[in-house]
Amino acid sequence: MGETMVTTKINGRETRVPIDTTALEAARSIGVEIPTLCYHPALVPYGACRLCLVEVKRPGHGGGRIVTSCTFHIREEGLEIDTHSERAQRDRKLVVELLLARCPNVELLQRLGKDLGIDKPRFTAQKQDENCILCGLCVRVCEELIGQSAISFTGRGPGREVSTPFLEPSEACIGCGACAFVCPTHAIEVQDLLQLRKLDKWGTSLQQRPCVRCGKFFAPEVELEKLSDRLELVKNWLQLCPECRREVAATDWIVGLRASPASPVRRG
Amino acid sequence: MDLTKVDEVVERNGADPSMLIAVLQEVQVEYNFLPKDALRRVACLLNIPPSRVYSVANFYRAFSLVPRGRHLIQICLGTACHVRGSDRILEQIERTLSVRAGGTTADQEFSLETVNCLGACALGPVVVLDGEYHGRMTVSKVESVLKPVRAAAAAANPAGGSAATGAPGQEADK
Repeated sequence: MGETMVTTKINGRETRVPIDTTALEAARSIGVEIPTLCYHPALVPYGACRLCLVEVKRPGHGGGRIVTSCTFHIREEGLEIDTHSERAQRDRKLVVELLLARCPNVELLQRLGKDLGIDKPRFTAQKQDENCILCGLCVRVCEELIGQSAISFTGRGPGREVSTPFLEPSEACIGCGACAFVCPTHAIEVQDLLQLRKLDKWGTSLQQRPCVRCGKFFAPEVELEKLSDRLELVKNWLQLCPECRREVAATDWIVGLRASPASPVRRG
Repeated sequence: MDLTKVDEVVERNGADPSMLIAVLQEVQVEYNFLPKDALRRVACLLNIPPSRVYSVANFYRAFSLVPRGRHLIQICLGTACHVRGSDRILEQIERTLSVRAGGTTADQEFSLETVNCLGACALGPVVVLDGEYHGRMTVSKVESVLKPVRAAAAAANPAGGSAATGAPGQEADK
């Protein structure tokens, strides 16, 4: 509560935000939408996709500066941020054109391109089947949230890609599928083939745990072990698949209600 | 494989994640390249995920993940060297040693690498052989620069020296 607040103007509208708020968060907090691909509120901003470009002006200091709003922290009074200025939009359009040249068949990019008025990208695509835009969300979620660091960027320049160490099936991968979940372009596939959880992109193939109640395989053993360690959950709970967990919880609750006449529901 | 050298390097530099690049450089000096097991050991000792170590080792041109020859030839193809005909010198080295840029000779004597600038443009075209700079290179000087090293290699290993001398294009071109 004792946070220092700064006033900033976003698209002409004055707003007060805590100091150090990023321009992207500030804009979103007042309902101004800025397109992003590599941003995730649970992860450290990375500034890789360059889609969130905005123009920042310091009054009395001449023309504005183009910055990535996800990594631009508002640390002073009176900044003027224009999220959709002519320059920002022009640069954003170029970024999408370049991304389309890399991944021509990714629907999300095609839609973004259409929104920005790109009829036909100026650059020809090298590969038709590429769908990784190198936003790094998968790498970051694996490192920052899951804590496994099973994958990383490798190579450099045009050879840059995401892969497991030594291009071998990663020992660190627990098959949680967080990478596939955060991927904006669906470049990572998770398959559940009965007792196996497979992530072919990382060469992962893991034994799944069957639900003790219905027998359905629901998650890799290693992932569940990791989860029970990290979240201090009751291990028994993780013997059940999510559906059975819900059912058991519901019956327990109903049974519990009937058993105790002094339950708050009855009294109310 | 003997990984005690990795342990020694880490001990010298301290088991600090920020020393990763320095450690990798020294490990490469020890083994002439970065073996997979050595990288895993470094990751373990410095407490860095193997994926990060691989990422760093993979990023820098100075690191090699495949075995390199006993001698390293670097030829500069930067702008200044390029305009003075470094591409022809590269071809001459490739022909003389029967090796492609980025490759290693069959007898594991020479690795040939191209670099983009060595910061010695005034000396261009520049060829570096085992850290020794040879400036104002010409196609005809290639032989004399390589000769001492090849002779030493042939003397040390008379049987294995044949691959380097068996350059097919060498005689035909003259």
